[in-house]
Amino acid sequence: MGRLKTIARRTFLIGSAAIAGGVAFGVYKYKTPHDNPLLNDLPEGAAALTPYVLITAQSITLITPRADKGQGATSVQAALIAEELDVELDQIRTDPGAPSPAYYNTALAGDAVPFHSTDDSLLATTTRSVMDAPIKFLGLQITGGSTTVPDGYDKLRMAGAVARETLKAAAAQIHGLDVAALITERGAVILPDGTRVPYTALASTAATLDPVQDVTLRAPDQWRLLGKPMQRVDIVAKSTGTQEYGIDQTPPGMLHGAIRLNPAQGGEMLGFDPTEAEKMRGVVKIVPLPGGIGVIADNTWRAFQAALAVDVDWGPAPYPADMAGHWSALSESFTPDQQDSRFRNVGDVDAALAEDSDLAVEYRAPYLAHAPLEPINATVVVGEGRVDVWTGTQIPRFVQKNVARIAGIETENVHIHALMIGGSFGHRLEDDVVRHATRLAMAMPGTPIKLTYSREEDMTHDYPRQIAMARGRGRVKGGQVESFDLGIAMPSVMTSQMGRQGLPVPGPDLQIVAGAWDQPFDIPNYRVTGYRASELAPISSWRSVGASSNGFFHDCLLDELIHAAGADPLAERLRLCNHTPSRKVLEAVGEMSNWGGTLGPRRGRGVAFCLSFGVPCAQVIEVSDTDAGIRIDRVYVAADVGRILDPVNFEGLVKGGVIFGLGHAMNCEITYSDGAAEQENFDSFPGMRLYQCPEIVVRGLENADKIRGIGEPPVPPAAPALANAIFAATGTRLREMPFNRFVDFA
Amino acid sequence: MKLSVNGTEHEINDPEPDMPLLWVLRDELGLRGPKYGCGIAQCGACTVHIDGVAVRSCQVPAGDVWGAITTIEGLGTPEAPHPVQAAWIAHQVAQCGYCQSGQMMQAASLLAETPTPSDAAIDDAMSGNLCRCGTYPRIREAVKTAAAKLSEG
Repeated sequence: MGRLKTIARRTFLIGSAAIAGGVAFGVYKYKTPHDNPLLNDLPEGAAALTPYVLITAQSITLITPRADKGQGATSVQAALIAEELDVELDQIRTDPGAPSPAYYNTALAGDAVPFHSTDDSLLATTTRSVMDAPIKFLGLQITGGSTTVPDGYDKLRMAGAVARETLKAAAAQIHGLDVAALITERGAVILPDGTRVPYTALASTAATLDPVQDVTLRAPDQWRLLGKPMQRVDIVAKSTGTQEYGIDQTPPGMLHGAIRLNPAQGGEMLGFDPTEAEKMRGVVKIVPLPGGIGVIADNTWRAFQAALAVDVDWGPAPYPADMAGHWSALSESFTPDQQDSRFRNVGDVDAALAEDSDLAVEYRAPYLAHAPLEPINATVVVGEGRVDVWTGTQIPRFVQKNVARIAGIETENVHIHALMIGGSFGHRLEDDVVRHATRLAMAMPGTPIKLTYSREEDMTHDYPRQIAMARGRGRVKGGQVESFDLGIAMPSVMTSQMGRQGLPVPGPDLQIVAGAWDQPFDIPNYRVTGYRASELAPISSWRSVGASSNGFFHDCLLDELIHAAGADPLAERLRLCNHTPSRKVLEAVGEMSNWGGTLGPRRGRGVAFCLSFGVPCAQVIEVSDTDAGIRIDRVYVAADVGRILDPVNFEGLVKGGVIFGLGHAMNCEITYSDGAAEQENFDSFPGMRLYQCPEIVVRGLENADKIRGIGEPPVPPAAPALANAIFAATGTRLREMPFNRFVDFA
Repeated sequence: MKLSVNGTEHEINDPEPDMPLLWVLRDELGLRGPKYGCGIAQCGACTVHIDGVAVRSCQVPAGDVWGAITTIEGLGTPEAPHPVQAAWIAHQVAQCGYCQSGQMMQAASLLAETPTPSDAAIDDAMSGNLCRCGTYPRIREAVKTAAAKLSEG
């Protein structure tokens, strides 16, 4: 085992060195590679060639540690490894692996530093590298921020290449051949005489070798899998009802749990009377929890019914009881004291707006639930000196740490079994469900307990998207936008979210201005200021995070100013744009939509643009103002991720992101009354339905110089494109979401 | 209580008559293809067939079941998918996939009744099934592919 560990350390260094680089204080310590977690339970004769490739005499397993919540992360991670390993996706198994610091996320740091994603200056890249070191140090194995592809692009291909070359070296040694004479194909080394030696037959020898470190990644024009349509590894299971999610887990002897938390999220549970609930059929135990009660029963429905039957005394909400209090907190935050950032400050906005402004407008974005269709759930069994957890999570190492703390055992004795996720949109960056499930399981040691949130408990304790308000002013001159001044106020998502993990977040919160301060436009006087509101309802990252509200604010203000200038919305955006890949996506949607062509009466066309997560995305939306209300006819969307690894999945994620952005802008909000969320289920939080779904035409461009993810970037431009289109069709400016407060949708 | 599910007769230990069929299927019979999403017939993830017609199993009390039940497990298998499932695979409809069992059961019911549905008929039939990932464009395409395949015989 000692020798294997040595090998693994060196192996990991290869991947590590290829992606880290740059300057960092304490660099030696930060760069000490983490142990290869696959070596902990390695079967005799098996080889764990890197933390991502496990080959036994029977099978090849690729480790895909980023959580798959529907975006196809498992498939793309497997394909990145398989491309270099020379295996096909029908030959391998995938496994999310155990939580390990070896699987830290490098790319997340990119969005935590105040440099434009398009800024590759020495200062910007150096600062990103410095931020990378602490993230690695903490071993943050987080899925989020559209980072799975940028994080894994080199690292996973390198892992595949190292494994492949080491397997070739093993074959060369066994058969007394020169490595240069060997090739690899479909999971086998091919000898010069045509003999196929399967990787599985080489595993035990490969395990004794020093891994080959001198590998070169293949150029994209040599790829077999990447860049071409792939069949997702989960598509057959998901098309036949055989895909298992967290909610489907049933370890032997399992009982079912339900929960009822204070309707005011985070409020206390002051007392409860379980008498009536305890008499109900199938109820095994009622358990007090922080902020609520849990029920253990022999069936999910019985547990749900009993939870509702418990008489509970609730404490007040730790935030304003009604929406007026939330909006006034935001309204009062536009002060120098609460200024959080002003990273965009070009020209002299104060002087330009000293005399007058052509516009003075206010925008609003509501709280929004993530509401993935699989309600949050976790199955936990507390055993002798160990705890096992089955759940779908984006933060396995935090889960492990929190369960260990609650159960009073060492982190290493908490075993996380990460499962396929039925949607997240950021919801599974929270882990309350696992903490509560652990407490329920501790009430019945030895018995697995599956805690399933009812839809109502899930939606009302969702840690919603931030509420936000923006104020915009500007001047136009000679048919052009000359001055642009946008202030955005919201509570800090990062402070709220990371606070629940006990992590302080120093410095300005870039998410307060993400999607606004960092847009690739040259306006003579151009300022974006972030204001940090006090903490209100607890909030969390929601698909595209700050940009989900700020993309709407920034683009709508720009659109209003362009109209004030009497300019063409697309032509003026192009004139102002200073970034080639961004110009190209704007030009693409112009061409796709036949921008400028006539649409007919009661119809309108709007364009919007947002650069988020490093991805420029433009959308043109066409709407009709019908007697039944606004109908969204067509969406043309172009985005540039640098390189598209799977065009089929790319197109699906873009369309899904557009629909997600449009549906919430149309008709979704979470509002609080008497401290409780008023929307409990999909009857009052509907989103888009199939009959409302427009035709969506997608074009992926590859002009950007860095590879990026596509999970989030299509969301921010959807709402402003819709608002701008409705203005074009009706003359009504919508400055507050959801839009169904002001217009009907057909 | 007796239930016929996917061609098999099941004897169930006397559930409460108001327990929704969904929970009988999932927790008592271990058929976890039908999914819980809302519990109030707003999402369609729990859709199954009773005598070939799509119903929301979260709103059918176990005591009221009036015929033979088919779940996604009974529609087809990975080895022998139903034409609707084959179309879902061909179009790679699923993202998270959680709603798709219900979507496919709804589509199969539609096509059994209306073999060549118009675009409007597809929109009408499928709009009670919520997809939070936004796979609606591919659902429309897959329904049409399945309709074409089924009408070929």
